Parts: sequence; structure tokens; C-alpha cells
Amino acid sequence: MKLHEYQSKQIFARYGVPIPKGQVASDAVHAKEIAKELGGRVVVKSQVLVGGRGKAGGIRLAKTPQEAEEVASQILAMEIKGLPVRKVLVDEAANIEKEIYLGITNDRAARKPVMMASAAGGVDIEEVARVSPEKIIKVHIDPLLGIKDYQTRDIALGIELPKEHWRAFNQIAFGLWRAYLECDATLAEINPLVITGDNKLVALDGKMLLDDNALFRHPDLAELRDLDAEVQSEIEARKYGLTFIKLGGNIGCMVNGAGLAMTTMDIIKLFGGEPANFLDIGGGAGADKVAAAMRIILTDPNVKAILFNIFGGITRCDEVARGILTALEEVKPNVPMIVRLVGTNAEEGRRLLSQAKMITAETLVEAAKKSVAAVAQV
Amino acid sequence: MSILINKNTRLLVQGITGNEGLFHTQQMVAFGTNVVGGTSPGKGGEWVLGNIPVFDSVKVAVEATEANTIVNFVPARFSADAIFEAADAGISLIVCITEGLPVQDMMRVRNYLDQKGIRMVGPNCPGLLTPGESKVGIIPGNISIPGNVGVVSRSGTLTYEVLYALKLVGMGVSTCVGIGGDPINGTNFIDCLSLFNADPATEKVVMIGEIGGTDEEKAAQYISQYMTKPVVSFIAGQTAPPGKRMGHAGAIVEGGSGLAADKVKALQAAGVKVASHPEEIPSLLK
Repeated sequence: MKLHEYQSKQIFARYGVPIPKGQVASDAVHAKEIAKELGGRVVVKSQVLVGGRGKAGGIRLAKTPQEAEEVASQILAMEIKGLPVRKVLVDEAANIEKEIYLGITNDRAARKPVMMASAAGGVDIEEVARVSPEKIIKVHIDPLLGIKDYQTRDIALGIELPKEHWRAFNQIAFGLWRAYLECDATLAEINPLVITGDNKLVALDGKMLLDDNALFRHPDLAELRDLDAEVQSEIEARKYGLTFIKLGGNIGCMVNGAGLAMTTMDIIKLFGGEPANFLDIGGGAGADKVAAAMRIILTDPNVKAILFNIFGGITRCDEVARGILTALEEVKPNVPMIVRLVGTNAEEGRRLLSQAKMITAETLVEAAKKSVAAVAQV
Repeated sequence: MSILINKNTRLLVQGITGNEGLFHTQQMVAFGTNVVGGTSPGKGGEWVLGNIPVFDSVKVAVEATEANTIVNFVPARFSADAIFEAADAGISLIVCITEGLPVQDMMRVRNYLDQKGIRMVGPNCPGLLTPGESKVGIIPGNISIPGNVGVVSRSGTLTYEVLYALKLVGMGVSTCVGIGGDPINGTNFIDCLSLFNADPATEKVVMIGEIGGTDEEKAAQYISQYMTKPVVSFIAGQTAPPGKRMGHAGAIVEGGSGLAADKVKALQAAGVKVASHPEEIPSLLK
């Protein structure tokens, strides 16, 4: 789950990371009032969950409260990469001397958190990592011990931070570590961390990604989820405990198991078709789940056929077939349906489904070919 | 012969009184696995399925049963604690079926287990199957026969597909290991490849990977340097869009890393035959 900049920075501030004075507004008049209160120049920043806000014109400077109002009303009317801007953050403008990058993420290969810093801050860090990886200092953190003072000193030395800032940097690094740890983040990032004209360290921008699997212990953070950034059908699927991801094609897929669901998409493509979605109905697919999945797939007007690919292991194919039959009565889809049942009680399942007007297939290849052919006929 | 589990496996089931735990205990016993007991805090002294004792703690269970392996069906929010408990009780192989463990929990677990030298398979995995001897986890027992093919996979039902496809052409399996779909797990491809390499009963290996991370690329390096037995592979997720988690927490293409195409290329360069779909695997093994 992604957090907005203002949410991330508010969390960082709770852990002692200095952030600019500022507030969030959802209308231009409020933005003007915030600017007035802050006095002086402000930055008006769109709050949307995509990168490249600055390039899109979603981050702008305003010298007066009037200008802040104008700029805010323009930004609030924008869409950035398809997402409507509903909020702006109005921050006091900083006098920037130097920009640094500081972030913590999970290093999958090392199985440890890694703190990364670079003197080349303010830009896309993935680009820096690709073009000049030597400019990024990485320090792995023992997940059982936490970050150590010497490690933050090593990082400060590595990015050639002037000695006078070490103490403040240490505090910020520890604050960021605690925010990462206590919020179960998978990424906590300050970019840029700036040295200001009056020689202070301030986190100008912040980003956090949270581990969805850990949200059960953070009900307060779970509430921060912004549903604007998500596809409606994916939100709907989550309610039924289904994993659904919309793709661009026209063959709907309903599969048990994530690996098999990906494979089903792949084999459709291999035989010249385009999958409309990824959908894992999980184990023990009862009628209610199958019906919900069918409805969700059919909300996509592009869908011209549905392929059911079910491997019966512990889940018996005849049970799944009954689920499909009940769901068919309820949803009454009007697209061709191809079904492949394999494994435990597959024959019984196929026999049950032969009453329904479904195209059956025995192998994965056959199922894919028949789906592609069914779509071609429409 | 086999790897990790065999007829000498003495298994405890953690969370044995829960729905999943109880159901799969029944399945494992029916298969012939030696289930010596289970744990469920607060239910010590009870029995399940007639003759399987339930204990309050793993420590007591190990003392009473001399179990050497544990399978974890404990819900995700308590699962890491259950793994620490098993590790501290002297279990040498922990198999965690549970899906949805927080990734920071897994980092702490993995680093702790590494310090103690304890092996874990999973989490978010179907477990292990040595046909004819033992099954630990949820892999259906009837879809595979004993044989000389070692199978290692990040997936669940996709693995069953492959086992079943092998069975249909009369090919059997030495051991099948589901290593799980999480970004951080206990046992990876290389661990299993080296075990299969050393196992006299395994003559060929099937490795089923998917998008996300770079474990398949590392496995390819290992194969080209050390593997003496032929390896056939399949990688799921060619059509997966970047930035989306495809069901498994670890199945995600991030920052240009974890692409299926890169994995296929690395494996082919290491001399691995990569199937374009799972039904091609049996013919590539011949």
C-alpha cells in the first residue's frame, strides 16, 4: 500500500525527522489561507500516488497567498497519469543548498533491510542506481539488532556530508529506521533530504510503501489507503478474498492458484490471444466465490470469452463444477465459456458441466487454443 | 532416497486443531506420514484423529515425541512466533505453509534461523512430497508416483499440474519441494538444486520459477558451475504487467528487475531446457 507524500512526512515527523511547515488543502481557498499563515513563498504540491509530479506541472512555487490560490486551483483541476488531484500540500519554500537521497528498503537477495544514501539527491534514484551505482552508499541492517550509530556515520562519510551535520543526520537516519520498522514499511524514503541556506537538514519530500500483509497490526495506517489509485474491480475482488488484476485483453481467466493463473495468461498469449485479467480464486472455490469472480470478470466490456482452469488437488473438481453451475444460474453470462478441469474427480466434474453449454478441454494447450478460437468467432 | 523428508520423518503439526491443520493432518496420515503429535496452546492433553496427542508447546511436544520436523499451519499474525518457538525447541526442519507473513517478520525469522543453522521451507508454500514415503504439507498425495525426477517450485497448483503431467506419462518423482511464493523464504532454488545434485535417487530436476527477484538467475549460475544432472525449467509470468503483485507476495517486477524473459535467458545460457508451457516439460525430460 502506498502512502501520499503528506502522510509519509507526517509519519517521519512523529519519529523526529524535521519536515517543512505545511498543511494539506482540498480547495484553493484553503490553500491560500495556509499560504497566508506560513507567510513568504510556498510550494504547492499535488498529492497523487504516482511519480513524476514535478515534470507533469503538479509541483509549483507561489510567492504570495493569491498566487498560491491560483496555482492550487490549477493543480486541483489536473489529472496526473490518469489520477485526479484531490489534495495539495502547501509547504513553506525551502532555501536549498544541497540535495541528498536517504531511504530504507527490503533487500530481497540479502534478506535484510538496506539503508541507501546518495549525495546525488533530488533525482530519480533508480536512474542514479543504473547510470552511476558508485554514487549510492548501501548499508545492510541486521533485522535482529537494528541500525547502529557507526552505520549512520559510515553513511555520512560515504556521501561526504560535512561533519557539522553528522549529529542531525544520525537523528534523521534513526527516525527513518524507526518509521520503517514500526509501520512495517517496505520502503521509507526521503528524497530530497536538503541542507538549507541556514544550514539545517530538512526532509522536503517523503514516500512510504507499507506491507499489506502487516496492516492487521496497523489499523490506523490501513485507513490511509487511497482508493482513487486503484482499479474498481480490484477493490471489489479484495472484498471476496480474490486476487484480481485487470489486463488489456479479451479472454477472461478464472484459475485456482497464483502460479497457474499466471501460466494460464501466458499460454493464452502463446497461442495468439490476449488475457483480460489475472484471477486467483484460491482453494475450495465455492459457488459464491465463483459467482463473484464471474461478475467481476464480466464488468470488463472487452471480455469476449471466459476460460476456467481448475486443478483439483485437495479441492475436488466435482465441487468446483457445482460451484460453476450455481454461479452460472445466478450471473447468466452471455459469452462463450471454456472449462478445463484436471485432477481429483475431474471426470465427474466434466460430466456435470456437459449439461451447461460450456466448451470443455482436457489439456492446457487445448483450453488455450479453444479460448482463442472462441474469441475469434465473436 | 529423497531429500529433506523420508520415511524416518517424525512430524509435528503446529496449529493442529485449526480447520486447515486438522484437515491436512488427516490427509498426511492417510498418505502414510508419521505424524507423532501436534501443538495448540491451551489444548494440551487433547487428542485428534483418535491417537495423535496435542501439546501446549513445541518444547514439551519434542520431549515427548522426539519429533524432528514441524509443519506450520498457524495463522499469519502468529506464525513468526510459532517458527521461533519451533527453532528454540530444537526442530531441525520447519515447513511453513501459512500465507501472508509480514515481510519484516520473515527477515527476522530467516536471520535467526541462519544463526542457529535450522532449515525452513516456505512460508506461503505447499510443502514437500516424497512419493511412497512421506508428505509434509498440502500437496495432494494422489497426483504423483515414486521416481527419479526432483521437482522444486515457487508455486502451488502449477506444481501439481507438473506432477500430474509427469504421472500421466509414467514419470515419477524423488522429492517435490514447494519453496513458496514470498519474497523472503527459508529455502531457495540453489539449496534444493544442491540437495538434488547429491541425492542418488534423483537423476533429473524440474525447476519451476516465476517473475520477481533474481533467484532463478542465481540458480542458473549455480547450474552452469556445479549441476551434474539435467535441469528442465518453466517460468510463469511472461505476460505479467510490471509493478503488480501477481497473487504471490514475491511475484512482482520492480524497477526492471524480476522479468520472466531475463530468467529464461539466464537459464538457457546455463544449458537448461526451458519449456514454453508446463505440458512440454515431460517431453523435455526424456
